[in-house]
Amino acid sequence: MLIEKMKERFGADILAAESAHGEESITIDRERAPEILRALRDEAGFEFNLLADLSAVDWLDRKPRFEVAYQLNSIPRGHRIRVKVGVDGADPWAHSAIGIWKAADWLERECFDMFGIVFKGHPDLRRILMYDSFKGHPLRKDYPYQKRQPVVPETDPVSQPLRPSR
Amino acid sequence: MALPARWKEKIIASDPADEIMELQMGPSHPAAHGTIKFNLKLDGERIADCDVEVGYLHRGFEKMCEQGTWTQCFPYTDRLNYASPCINNVGFALAVERLLGVETPERCKYVRLIMSEVSRIADHLTCLGMGAGEVGAQTVMFYMIEAREFLYDLIEAVAGARVTVSWCRVGGVTNDFPPDFAARLGASFKSLDQVLSDCDKLLSRNRVFIDRMAGIGILPQEDAISYGLTGPLLRATGIKYDLRKAQPYLVYDRFDFDVPTGERGDNYDRFNVRFQEILQSRLIIEQAMASIPAGPVSITDPKIVLPPKQQVYESIEGLMNHFKLIMEGIHVPPGEVYQAVEAANGELGFYVVSDGSGRPYRVRVRPPCFFGMGALNKMLIGRMIPDIITTFGMINMIGGECDR
Repeated sequence: MLIEKMKERFGADILAAESAHGEESITIDRERAPEILRALRDEAGFEFNLLADLSAVDWLDRKPRFEVAYQLNSIPRGHRIRVKVGVDGADPWAHSAIGIWKAADWLERECFDMFGIVFKGHPDLRRILMYDSFKGHPLRKDYPYQKRQPVVPETDPVSQPLRPSR
Repeated sequence: MALPARWKEKIIASDPADEIMELQMGPSHPAAHGTIKFNLKLDGERIADCDVEVGYLHRGFEKMCEQGTWTQCFPYTDRLNYASPCINNVGFALAVERLLGVETPERCKYVRLIMSEVSRIADHLTCLGMGAGEVGAQTVMFYMIEAREFLYDLIEAVAGARVTVSWCRVGGVTNDFPPDFAARLGASFKSLDQVLSDCDKLLSRNRVFIDRMAGIGILPQEDAISYGLTGPLLRATGIKYDLRKAQPYLVYDRFDFDVPTGERGDNYDRFNVRFQEILQSRLIIEQAMASIPAGPVSITDPKIVLPPKQQVYESIEGLMNHFKLIMEGIHVPPGEVYQAVEAANGELGFYVVSDGSGRPYRVRVRPPCFFGMGALNKMLIGRMIPDIITTFGMINMIGGECDR
């Protein structure tokens, strides 16, 4: 029923909608995502004030390759929705939601770290779980799970102090 | 707290090295329980900027889950929040069960609920004990860790392990309660009550403790929501939001309990909310023990649950089902589910995606303390170095869960 309300409100901006296992999810265009997400947060009837989670799924041979999933939760209304945005594999980027929910800051950093999706408009997009010299993005399906990376060389902390990344 | 103008000027000033001292605290600091690094910019002893670095305990949980069968994920989930592993087990099992469309027997729901609440108490005792210990209340720490030990004994009696329980399965749990569980629970609660009453006397009117906790690490309500905080951190700001009430799972809607809240969203409120939650969890367990139905604790669908050993050894069907479940895993139909449970630190979410093979296509965990750590910078700017310890302690960051 949330889906009907959204179709009514956003019309053709909703590319696909699905209701399964007691959950509802919609797919929207990545160009229009910030606008729609902001409306979902602010407008009466939706009021998704909590960004519960943001992550991605790598569908290696589908087009678009990545699917960024926003799990939205509304404290006043008690309902949830999953908003999905397709992200092209050749040029993986999505708009940042940091201006809408501050939680997006670290979540987008993690998504960038793990999948290499660049969030445009994020002021401080750097790795969060992996170290700076790590090559590649571990949660991509074409990253072998047994791959080893070289040990980070030890430096003398006095003559060459390890600088924090920010 | 807003940054005073004189610090802003200093940070912007052309040569900040003269005024602002950089200090890297951690990753292994004796006063911070957890492997974490704070890159601090200090103005005297005040924090002008704090960049929190997490990831030191990253073990590739999500990647490893994609390599095995669905059942093989359970040991990994134990190692998320290792202070309350039963809740992680339950959350993952519920997610996969929803994807499969199976319903567990009544007794299983009760057993899972009771074990979740025992784990919640153990988790809160860890957080409070360590938090108090870090500000000098060592006695409280020893008392609470001792009480936690009684609860771990209880968990061991059911699951066979104290921490790495791996006790849930898709479709049920491995072990029912032992026959003397109610008596053991009574004994554990008796010592728990004693500890709680002692700690209450030691802390609630203790001037040193209150001075270190009250008014420190404040995060206003709107920021708490924007940063995605849930659980005790959100409730400390005065929002009565608990998934056990708001979106009930298992059988939480059958029990009568209260959701404690704070007022100001400071460390003292966070401490109190957790303390009160222990009492509420205790109430839930007592109600659940009084009304727990008899029956099986697991479904018997041979495509999901391993057959009894007797059947494996004596019948060809049993042997085949066992072989196929071990080698191929449970065939979960394609689809995706986001299952959230109220863990001790807040909303623990499992976003599981299946492509129809016997292996998970994607398992994503929404770790509650990751969000608290994301907001830590905001809580600390303008405060003193010692406030890092209490604020960090009350977020209750668990490395295994935050870094996965």
